[in-house]
Amino acid sequence: MDKFVTHTGTGVPLRRSNVDTDQIIPAVYLKRVTRSGYEDGLFAAWRKNPEFVLNNESFKKGTILVAGADFGTGSSREHAVWALQNYGFKVVISPRFADIFRGNSGKGGLLTIILPQDQVEALWDVIEAEPTMQIEVNLEKRRVSYKSVSLPFDIDDYTRWRLMEGLDDIGLTLKQTDSIDAFEKRRPTIKPATQPAQ
Amino acid sequence: MASKTSGKTLAEKIWLEHTVRSAEGEPDLLYVDLHLIHEVTSAQAFDGLRLASRKVRRPDLTIATEDHNTPTLNIDLPIADPVSKLQVDTLRNNCAEFGVRIHSLGDIDQGIVHVVGPQLGLTQPGMTIVCGDSHTSTHGAFGALAFGIGTSEVEHVLATQTLPLVRPKTMALNVEGELQPGVTAKDLILAVIAQIGTGGGQGYVIEYRGSAIRALSMEGRMTVCNMSIEAGARAGLVAPDETTFAYIKAKPHAPHDWDAALAYWNTLFTDADAKYDLEITINANELAPFVTWGTNPAQGVPLNSVVPDPALITDIEERGAAERALLYMDLKAGMPLKNIAIDTVFLGSCTNGRIEDLRNAAAILEGKKIASTLRMLVVPGSARVRLQAEAEGLDQVFIEAGAEWRNAGCSMCLGMNPDQLAPGERAASTSNRNFEGRQGKGGRTHLVSPQVAAATALRGRLSSPADL
Ligand code: SF4
Repeated sequence: MDKFVTHTGTGVPLRRSNVDTDQIIPAVYLKRVTRSGYEDGLFAAWRKNPEFVLNNESFKKGTILVAGADFGTGSSREHAVWALQNYGFKVVISPRFADIFRGNSGKGGLLTIILPQDQVEALWDVIEAEPTMQIEVNLEKRRVSYKSVSLPFDIDDYTRWRLMEGLDDIGLTLKQTDSIDAFEKRRPTIKPATQPAQ
Repeated sequence: MASKTSGKTLAEKIWLEHTVRSAEGEPDLLYVDLHLIHEVTSAQAFDGLRLASRKVRRPDLTIATEDHNTPTLNIDLPIADPVSKLQVDTLRNNCAEFGVRIHSLGDIDQGIVHVVGPQLGLTQPGMTIVCGDSHTSTHGAFGALAFGIGTSEVEHVLATQTLPLVRPKTMALNVEGELQPGVTAKDLILAVIAQIGTGGGQGYVIEYRGSAIRALSMEGRMTVCNMSIEAGARAGLVAPDETTFAYIKAKPHAPHDWDAALAYWNTLFTDADAKYDLEITINANELAPFVTWGTNPAQGVPLNSVVPDPALITDIEERGAAERALLYMDLKAGMPLKNIAIDTVFLGSCTNGRIEDLRNAAAILEGKKIASTLRMLVVPGSARVRLQAEAEGLDQVFIEAGAEWRNAGCSMCLGMNPDQLAPGERAASTSNRNFEGRQGKGGRTHLVSPQVAAATALRGRLSSPADL
């Protein structure tokens, strides 16, 4: 997982609340056997509509999704996070996230930021007026900044640390490799192996 | 499983022995002795490794088999369903790339992952065993701590051979007395689940104890532990004894240093002064052949009784669930269960697809014909079980009785392959889940023992061997 300290990019205004994971990635796209390549399924139903924000040339390169409240509700599928990341999103901003989605995001390295509804609405307005406007997300300082505006946000220390260090669960455990090596040295030899050790 | 100064339960002993690291406020890091994988839950895990340029830490503690969506007919032909074929091909490629031993369709050691581990002798007392499948609890029958995990955890184990886990609580389930003739391990566990409910074991490792458990064969213990998950438990466990040791002794992966292994295995019991978080006692003498009438495994009653009346259930949640279940199952309260006509009998799965299960069913079918109104599918749990059954002539008993003799796999247990119930079709099944649509869209499932399955096949209605 890549380290996340700061990110600067353009925003995509998704003026919808209650975006559930079935909308983020419909079930028909879950048949894949890989962890990548889900970008085609992202918001698949909505993208059929030419008016949908991701079909607007000005927003195609956006990396910061700014959505309405209760983003990521519904099924626990981790594919929702993969789809957003595969498409190119690094950050999702919303007034409120579904718990499981937020947890999955943290595991996968997608930063979720909670901003109050009025700040989200203000962001929508400026992004729509000026799609190329740069937004800076600074995880270290816990701030979202654009133009002369600088907004603080909350994130728990543990998740912040993990994202800044680029540590997924596996990365964290791999930091304990010495303990695992030591454990394997004292592990009883009578235990079976499926094949000779490599 | 709070730390105690006094004696330890079996689950605590195994847990402590596998703790790589333990820190205040964090989950314990637990070492995994054996990782079983199959085609349905491993693909994204391998892809995750690939994306992060990681390798499998211990391919020599990992083994794969194809079971969930493999066909049970024409297994020499390419798999017809494209999604199944893609998953199986992906597993084969991943195992080749990462150096993992695999038993593919057509291989003598192919079969349901929870049948294959024990039959190879890879499942041994005191081990930690995981698999991306909830019925991994089966392996607890050997006194191993075994549980199902999700795909992200599969990736975690592949990369590190460990898992960060919160210690479960422990429950003792004492089954004292003796099972009456015709009453099986399946009836016992169905009765237990009916008593404690689908959430009764939530957060616990259930250790099955008592004279009735000690008297069970390894096959019977596996059936009991297998369904622990249906009571919501993290795992099931039976302390190893002579029955366990005798079962492992002749298996291919039995320990070379048998005496050292035995010395260790003999330490694997719950200390007399250990305390469980919960204890439940059940009288084995009172148990009878059991059958489910509803759409979760806790909705079961003795076969001799009637479909329960939801109006008599006091808990509102449960009453509603019972009403919906009766609607789905197309049953009426008060109807004798033995009047229920069956369309399909399924004998197989990781719950009841072992050689002893096939023997028990064949003994009832021998020289008789199944009812003309139904079909019976016999699906051995593994290719070796199939061969063993053929060596004993059981296949002929099934075929002459009018049943279909298939190749090994999960088959109609979850209907991911072509073996499915048609909408509205009613099955007596030796598997473990009677959820809506589990065995095919609109299909209706009654969970039963192999003996009840065989008797039902002969009479066309739910029946116990005593009815013949
Ligand atoms: S037989 Fe059924 S329960 Fe067992 S592993 Fe296969 S699908 Fe799962």
